[in-house]
Amino acid sequence: MSATATAPRREVARPDAARDRVLHLTGTGPLLRFVLRRDRVRLGVWTGSVVGLHVYFVGALSALYTTAEERQSRAAIMDTPVSTIMGGPGYGLDDYTIGAMLSNELIGWVAIAMALLNVLGVVRNTRAEEESGRADLVRAGVVGRHAPAAAAFTAVVLADVVIGAGSAVVMIGGGLAVADSLAVGAATALVGVVFAAVGVVVAQLSATARGANGLGVAVLGAAYAARAAGDVQRAHGSWLSWTSPIGWAQQLRAFVDLRWWPLGLHLALAAVLLAVGVSLASRRDVAAGLVAPRPGPADAAPALRSPAALAWRQQRATLGWWTLGLGLMWTASGTYISGVEDMLAEVSRTNPDLLLLFGGRDQLVGGFIAVMVLFGMLLAAGYGIAAVLRARGEESAGRLEPVLALPVSRTRWLGAQLGVAALGTLVLALTTGATVWLGATLVGITDPDLGTYLGAVLAYVPGLAAYLGLTAALYAWAPRVAAPVPWALLALAFVVGVFGPLLDLPDAVAAVDPFHAVPRLPVEEASAGPLLALAAVGAALWALAFAGFRRRDLTGA
Amino acid sequence: MTTSTPGAPAPAIDIHGLRKSFGSVRALDGLDLTVHAGEVAGFLGPNGAGKSTTIRVLLGLLRADAGSVRLLGGDPWADAVDLHRRLAYVPGDVSLWPNLTGGEAIDLLTRLRGPVDPRRKAEGLERFDLDPTKKARTLSKGNRQKVALVAAFASDVELLVLDEPTSGLDPLMEAVFTEYLRDLKAEGRSALLSSHILHEVEKVCDTVTIIRAGRSVESGTLAELRHLTRSTVDAVVVGDPGGIARVPGVHDVVAEPDRAGTRVRFDVDDDRMGAVLTALGSLGVHRFTATPPSLEELFMRHYGDVPAEGGRRPVQAAGAR
Repeated sequence: MSATATAPRREVARPDAARDRVLHLTGTGPLLRFVLRRDRVRLGVWTGSVVGLHVYFVGALSALYTTAEERQSRAAIMDTPVSTIMGGPGYGLDDYTIGAMLSNELIGWVAIAMALLNVLGVVRNTRAEEESGRADLVRAGVVGRHAPAAAAFTAVVLADVVIGAGSAVVMIGGGLAVADSLAVGAATALVGVVFAAVGVVVAQLSATARGANGLGVAVLGAAYAARAAGDVQRAHGSWLSWTSPIGWAQQLRAFVDLRWWPLGLHLALAAVLLAVGVSLASRRDVAAGLVAPRPGPADAAPALRSPAALAWRQQRATLGWWTLGLGLMWTASGTYISGVEDMLAEVSRTNPDLLLLFGGRDQLVGGFIAVMVLFGMLLAAGYGIAAVLRARGEESAGRLEPVLALPVSRTRWLGAQLGVAALGTLVLALTTGATVWLGATLVGITDPDLGTYLGAVLAYVPGLAAYLGLTAALYAWAPRVAAPVPWALLALAFVVGVFGPLLDLPDAVAAVDPFHAVPRLPVEEASAGPLLALAAVGAALWALAFAGFRRRDLTGA
Repeated sequence: MTTSTPGAPAPAIDIHGLRKSFGSVRALDGLDLTVHAGEVAGFLGPNGAGKSTTIRVLLGLLRADAGSVRLLGGDPWADAVDLHRRLAYVPGDVSLWPNLTGGEAIDLLTRLRGPVDPRRKAEGLERFDLDPTKKARTLSKGNRQKVALVAAFASDVELLVLDEPTSGLDPLMEAVFTEYLRDLKAEGRSALLSSHILHEVEKVCDTVTIIRAGRSVESGTLAELRHLTRSTVDAVVVGDPGGIARVPGVHDVVAEPDRAGTRVRFDVDDDRMGAVLTALGSLGVHRFTATPPSLEELFMRHYGDVPAEGGRRPVQAAGAR
């Protein structure tokens, strides 16, 4: 190209083009527009859901808790270890206003949603693009080394800001203090920014998007567990609570005794993480992870000769990590049961009537177990949905076609996929029950026994089967909605499980949740009716999945 | 169609009037295709003509809307599992399990069909020069293609279904592929080789079917389709090229004055090239190029923009451009 041809381009270049070249950010603008366009529905749904949750929370609480007595009865419930794990450090329990409820009970959950949105959003537009090879095309254009990550980061941060601002507006509109509302909105956005930076770092470490997402979720789990443990250790949190970005958001003491400075911790951590991410990204090749690939075996193990063996080979590593991670998490959670016992001892000494109000020891300890198991089963259902959706991944990646061109029937292949997914889900469910028991045993609580824990878990098996069956049936009949529908249902079940009793959700909404019909053992009686009905629904969905998958065309690679 | 006689074994592939639509898009519109036992058949067509759709119907991955499809004497949809024991398939774009090595993927693909002879895998790895210890996620497109080819050729099957199998292979490996296909033909096996490169098909195929816009427009033996394999000659000669037009097999002669003499351009059937070279030689050649026709040129030359009547089968205008 001649000099005369390039000269006019220089003249029209933006003034910050030189800066972009130095920072390897050339092309960030167009890429950002592309990411926003590509993810507009995804970001829109997340934004609407989180802001909508605030609308419902503020509205329902204001309507339900109209008197100080009602609010203080809520505060009494929140002053227990279970509620502390599920909620927050417990600021303002002595005068439990609507704002204090929001600060203590909602921020933690919103933080989880923000963390997932940001980690998944960044990985999806960075590591996943590299893994697919599409990043090569983009990076071969006039695009700086850090531009794709910068665009992905900026896109989710824009969503964070919108969510934070929208939530603040909702709180102010609900009559809450303006400054505190703004602080909570800012904290919501900044927790998002921290986890967007986490996403940038994990996207550098793992060579696969799946691995990067797993690392990001592990960071979230650690942040949540640290905060929960710290808040249980001491009222208003111990030093452990201060190791977690989720804890910092709750330590604003919003609507009680507001302080702004913890937000500075978010900013500092995000800056450090971004610096780490940039430094890692500058040192590695496109599509490479931190660990160089090693050669593997030239011949397959003798057992690798069936679709089931293949599915197991594909899923075993993920299942192993989930089992390890959840096992540790539930063992830790099980140890919190000693807090229930401590509280029991204190209450029975000072106020035996209140103990009766809670229903005695069996009800309190049983309630703790029931809540742990419910959350464990929601996580197991999440694993199950993701595992079943691997079938769709195999098909759309073009790996199903060569297998079905072999003497492998569709029923056999789908059976292998679903069987391995179901086995993994069951392993996680039993791990949950066993490790909560293990944690309780470690702190000397041996009553109830292991059987009680496993019984509470097994009551959820028909519900888990329904989740897997629904995902599989949708995959067989309507692959396009096979992912969004089960995930939306699980999100709803989560909201019902966490906020259902608090928010007085309509029965019709609650009944859509497959776990709604499950008796909460050991506090509720086991009843065969609903379980059999749920099992029948599950079996029908599984049958539907096999029938549909035999009939349809494969979708293109 | 070709040399089939009553009482001969069932054709490996026999398709009549196959139709398949995806929503409002008609991918196959009355396609016919026959591959006889022991035959290597070329399946030619431009991109998007419906080659892969046809193959996916043959493999029971898609269900035919209308028409009859027989594969090795069976129904490709209903008898898929039994039929797949007797065939091997190589797609044009091979996706592998990222955490398996190439060697593991070959073992898996061959074992799922039945008993395996490890020597054939070793031979394939050697001939295609493939490292079986590399994880599939690190393999290039050409190397992924080799994995599928080694797995297919290591299997003891009656029929190979090959959908643009050499895409991404270098010329050396293409030659290995052609050798393999010749060995296979010598052993009396059948193959369907889909391609958009006429040259590749010419090297090994007994018969050729050409499709366009979901229909067959030509089919027959290569000899019968000789008129398709015309090369274009462009030469500058000193003498008077008037005699060239009278050589049998020469078509569409155009001559114009050139600084060095006369520039002459014409098409010639490939089997008449010798006579043309003799004739040109006596005229004093300054410059000479002969170009085999691309498939696109063939379509332009034989069917114009829209496939009109051609070959031995009348074809209505199909597929609006």
